[in-house]
Amino acid sequence: MGKYLLIETRDPFDSSDVQRSYDLAGGLADEKNDVTVFLVQNGVLPTRKASAAADAVTQLCSKATVLADDFSLRERGIQKGELVKGVKPTSIDDLVDLVADDGRKVIWH
Amino acid sequence: MAKKVLSIVESAYRATVEEQDDTILWMNHILKNAGLDITLVLRSNAVNYAVKGQDASGLTFGKLKVSHPPKLDKDLESLLEAGVPVYYVREDAEERGIPQKQLIDGIKAVSAKELPSMLDGFDSIWHW
Amino acid sequence: MTKTLTIALMDPPYETETTTTAFRLIDAALRKGHKVNVFAYEGAVNLTMADQAPHPNPVKGTSAEEEDHPTTKDWVAAMFQAYPGKLDWVNCGLCVDERGAGNVIEGAQRGAPKQFAEWSEASDATLVIPAK
Repeated sequence: MGKYLLIETRDPFDSSDVQRSYDLAGGLADEKNDVTVFLVQNGVLPTRKASAAADAVTQLCSKATVLADDFSLRERGIQKGELVKGVKPTSIDDLVDLVADDGRKVIWH
Repeated sequence: MAKKVLSIVESAYRATVEEQDDTILWMNHILKNAGLDITLVLRSNAVNYAVKGQDASGLTFGKLKVSHPPKLDKDLESLLEAGVPVYYVREDAEERGIPQKQLIDGIKAVSAKELPSMLDGFDSIWHW
Repeated sequence: MTKTLTIALMDPPYETETTTTAFRLIDAALRKGHKVNVFAYEGAVNLTMADQAPHPNPVKGTSAEEEDHPTTKDWVAAMFQAYPGKLDWVNCGLCVDERGAGNVIEGAQRGAPKQFAEWSEASDATLVIPAK
């Protein structure tokens, strides 16, 4: 079982390849890997539960650990109560720990 | 009479912390100050600029604080005060789950269907 | 436990939010006591240009001093200063030449992709932060 960290900076409204990133995360999880997705920058935009991409994020949460950069959320005025269930606001310090985690493969998109 | 310019802003949060503002909003404000008749439309992710209460404060690199973080909602309010009409594409806000009550006062919604006829009323369309 | 992280950057200053995120990550890693190697490739070699200068803001009516707007080289310099010996920064020499970015702040060095390869081999983790 491998460990993966997918850092997603883009949002599905602007970038059609974001769904492919979500699918990659799901596929890795299906293969019984330990998968964490860290949403940052505009990557947090689809985490609003009222957004058109909420279902895609919910689906992602069912397969992987989904974290959202707390600064990116605050920068965009997205409140904790607006988030899709399962998305966890997380600090940059925690991102460092994940990047430095032994054997974890990190992909930045 | 000044030419009527429609500036469409689509890209969002592109280096806004580094620049301490959004360079496109800034540019349009400068152009307004220089005498151009500017109208702004926020579309795509830029609709998020109109969300009240955005907070990019608190960053530090080494011991260097970012003492003037961007305040994009306030910058839009300044543009409105300067007489620049600001619109946002309703469907793009809805797509992103942003309710109207979260948006700053004074901006107006335009539907995607209305955009073509809106463009008709301008001499130049600049897409940033 | 202290780790050695190598990060490749590509974006030039003032073009994407990625630069800010990358700097936040680098600063956080240094603050946690890790060693960080940065290989600046393509436009990222402009991040440490010594000739960057702040400017006044005619929209806000502020002077350069009032605007208090550090440039990216100031951010990098601040990290060199706050975390002595923990940050190594190499600009890809060929990218430096084609961009005329040779006048850099103290601490930033000129190197080659070979440096990135060596760092990757020796690091606990390597992160490539791409341009779009």
